[in-house]
Amino acid sequence: MRFKAMALATVVAALAAPVQAEVKVGLITTLSGGGAGLGIDTRDGFMLAIEQAGRDDVEVIVEDDQQKPDVAVQIADKMIQSDKVDVLTGIVWSNLAMAVVPSAVGQGLFYLSTNAAPAQLAGPGCNPNYFSVSYQNDNLHEAAGAYATSAGYKTAFILAPNYPAGKDSLTGFKRFFEGDLAGEVYTQLGQTDYAAEIAQIRASGADTVFFFLPGGMGISFLKQYADSGLEIPVVGPAFSFDQGILQAIGAAALGVKNTSSWSKDIDTPANAAFVEAFSARYDRLPSIYAAQGYDTANLLLSAIDKADVNDDAAFGAALMEADFDSVRGKFSFAPNRHPIQDIYVREVVQEGDVFTNKIVGTAMTDRANEYVDQCKM
Amino acid sequence: MSRERAFNLAALALLVAVPAWAQLTGETFTITLATRAVIFALAATGLNIALGLGGLVSLGHAVFFGIGGYAMGILAFHAQSYTPLTDWPVTIPGTKLMPVIWLVAILVSALAALLIGLLALRTTGVYFIMITLAFGQMFYYFAISWPAYGGEDGMAIYVRNGFPGLNTLIPIQFYGLCLAWLLVVLWFNARLARSRFGLALNAARQAPQRVETVGLDPVRLKLVALVISGAVTGLAGALFADLNRFVSPTMFSWQLSGEIMVFVIIGGVGRLFGPVAGACLFVALEHLLGGITAYWHVWLGVLLLFIVLFGRGGLVGIFAGRGAVHD
Amino acid sequence: MSAILIAEQVLNGLQSGVMLFLMAAGLTLIFGVMGLINLAHGSLYMVGAFAAAAVAAATGSFLLALAAALAAAALAGAVVETVVIRRLYDKDHLDQVLATFALILIFSEGTRWIFGSFPLFLDIPPWLSGPVELPGGILYPAYRLALIGVGLAVALGLWLLISRTRLGVRIRAGENDREMIAALGVDISRLYTVVFALGAGLAGLAGALVGAIQSVQVGMGEPVLILAFVVIVIGGIGSIRGALVGALLVGLTDTLGGIFLPELFKLFTDPSSATTIGAALASMSIYVLMAAILVWKPTGLYGARA
Repeated sequence: MRFKAMALATVVAALAAPVQAEVKVGLITTLSGGGAGLGIDTRDGFMLAIEQAGRDDVEVIVEDDQQKPDVAVQIADKMIQSDKVDVLTGIVWSNLAMAVVPSAVGQGLFYLSTNAAPAQLAGPGCNPNYFSVSYQNDNLHEAAGAYATSAGYKTAFILAPNYPAGKDSLTGFKRFFEGDLAGEVYTQLGQTDYAAEIAQIRASGADTVFFFLPGGMGISFLKQYADSGLEIPVVGPAFSFDQGILQAIGAAALGVKNTSSWSKDIDTPANAAFVEAFSARYDRLPSIYAAQGYDTANLLLSAIDKADVNDDAAFGAALMEADFDSVRGKFSFAPNRHPIQDIYVREVVQEGDVFTNKIVGTAMTDRANEYVDQCKM
Repeated sequence: MSRERAFNLAALALLVAVPAWAQLTGETFTITLATRAVIFALAATGLNIALGLGGLVSLGHAVFFGIGGYAMGILAFHAQSYTPLTDWPVTIPGTKLMPVIWLVAILVSALAALLIGLLALRTTGVYFIMITLAFGQMFYYFAISWPAYGGEDGMAIYVRNGFPGLNTLIPIQFYGLCLAWLLVVLWFNARLARSRFGLALNAARQAPQRVETVGLDPVRLKLVALVISGAVTGLAGALFADLNRFVSPTMFSWQLSGEIMVFVIIGGVGRLFGPVAGACLFVALEHLLGGITAYWHVWLGVLLLFIVLFGRGGLVGIFAGRGAVHD
Repeated sequence: MSAILIAEQVLNGLQSGVMLFLMAAGLTLIFGVMGLINLAHGSLYMVGAFAAAAVAAATGSFLLALAAALAAAALAGAVVETVVIRRLYDKDHLDQVLATFALILIFSEGTRWIFGSFPLFLDIPPWLSGPVELPGGILYPAYRLALIGVGLAVALGLWLLISRTRLGVRIRAGENDREMIAALGVDISRLYTVVFALGAGLAGLAGALVGAIQSVQVGMGEPVLILAFVVIVIGGIGSIRGALVGALLVGLTDTLGGIFLPELFKLFTDPSSATTIGAALASMSIYVLMAAILVWKPTGLYGARA
């Protein structure tokens, strides 16, 4: 394990700093297997901010969770027991977060979420040491519901995989969609063929289709949907229209509306600088995961400047201030330590030969989350 | 057979010495790794009873591992949320007591092994491999889509379950419990191999017709072996869930079935300490190679290929030479 | 639920069935002739899809991409057979399972090493995109109809190959008596390489064909592999006819189960729990089907021996 710390904790080593690192950060994310693209972006976004800060008092240890909960738990144990980290971060998937976060914050560590933010950790299970820098899981789905309402759609056909995040997604959509449901379907997790569902959509006569199918599932669905000749407009959360996978969907995604808390064309200096620096450093466009990783690192750095990480109350308060230049523009924390932010509607467009997103509106303004009242700290 | 015995004693000494050293030097994480290795060794020892003694190539042992895990998860979940398991016909509360959890894990996974065995043992050879794989997938998909206990998110158990007289939160004490179980099961396995049942099972594996002519039912012998095997792997699953304080459907995944089989084969099929050696090597490799390259699976694959192609008899075979199984 | 919807779902089941057949045919052929269980068959499916995506990106031609998929997978198959697989024929199933499991690890992470971690793009050719209208007013994607056609054509081609050609005679002889055909002077090791490459090529073709409507990514072969195993176990290992029947059964059960089980449960319970329970049971349905068939016929529908 020593090799790993040395090989990957690039910051300290690269700067050859003689000073003992004051804050140790453990970044657990998915770097191998089918979901590796998301974790790699998270890591690269996070490390970009650390590199830009050029500080020698923060050491980052990166490990691959292989998208397996038990591996994530094992790494967290190792980082806590052996590397003695102060802060954990980086997990992409909700089920892995549920495996790691409660026990980590229970042991007095801070956890800053770069992506996964399940309802359990926002409501009764909230914790003063747990911060979500991304969103609350329901947010993008709620925004899709709000958008579908404001676009005047009367009936919607909604589908998601049959697992907890899928159910939360449809619940989130329904919370803000005021029309009727023309159909509600749960697909199998990892399903690759959506012909049957597309036939049901065709038969339903809905005004719009909402879907939450992360990763390869969304790629398959969109390609098959485009080929079916159906003209019903589609809306979904950003996950299926992410920079990493848009190229794999290609023209089939053109014109599709999706909701996101970040977009590369948010017009702030911080965002422009981030997009430019990321593209220059890694030779590809950043994704929402990269943006969230970048924000998380900057939030952490801002708090380190204000308080000692060993003083839980002071460090927690410093994080709550959110005194950093978010690439999302406005950013503050709700009492349950989840963001208050705008959620945008984006449209998939083609720029040259690259497919990407363009903001076309705002679905929700200053949205916190549904669970604020259930959180008692 | 003294070389195999020497190998076994050396392995045993390492299982005691490494964590003891880690405890003294404060390398707590090494103890956690050793616990993981010991639990995998227990699961693989379970498979070795079916595979080594009974010749049953089960590619679905994750079913029992998962059932053991969920036995722990469900009981502890109800205990931590103060809700009863069921109110009818009598109220059954959850529990955080390891001995009760172990008993339930063993019984339920034995029952599952019995039911699966009744169906699967109608087939042999490749069909048996495939049908056990299919049962694994069945449980996997069921666990993912059944919402009551977390579905694909799994369940987090916030505090490790207790054992009377010990503080299981201290890694070395929990390790001691797991090691004790492994030793008990290894002793049982050695006894089983030399018992009348073990000899009959061995005969049923090599020459089923002959066993039949002396009036024994080879299928029944294999069924008993599968039930014992499933129960042991189920117990390992319960311990694994307690190590991670977390259960999820990945405990049922076919990759895990494959890994349990890998432990047995790289250690040495039918060798008493084969699964132990295999599991320890695997955990060590995962830890060391994983630290060097993100593509460590490639190297693991190459290593496995070499063991299959050139190193018959696994690790134990390489060190102790070929020979009769179990002394 | 209208008749059109049902007809469309039956077509969908048929389409997923014939694609499964392409996978299962190679698997069952390899088992029938060489007695080998190949867990890495799904990796060859992935190789085909990646090769197709790479060639389509470079040349823009879908047909070239298909040819590349077939060639790359067959070549990968031939290389793997020569280097690794042929050392496994005289070993037991256990060693075969382990060695081919190791090959999956090598293929998956190796592909990720070469192509990176992001999914690749592979699209339907323009001349096959969009729906066509079938008799009865059914709108159905042209590409999926083409898939059904290709699948059935391959099935016919395989049947002709095995029943009418010299290679087919050798394959059938190899299934029946390995020692005998070696004694008759047939170059058995070349025959094995050819059969393995043929099976691999079919898997690669399936990967490319399906990759155009799905996501081309690392690990895409494994779910299909397990389905293909279910297929050949149902059909009887070693039987091409069994693979075809099994593939269609699995394709139809999987597709129709996902639609009708939730509808069925809506008769008993509220819609939301009906969808949940129905979807949970639908995901298990093919495994239940397989268990039921094995209990009824332990060597599958057309299997001669275990």
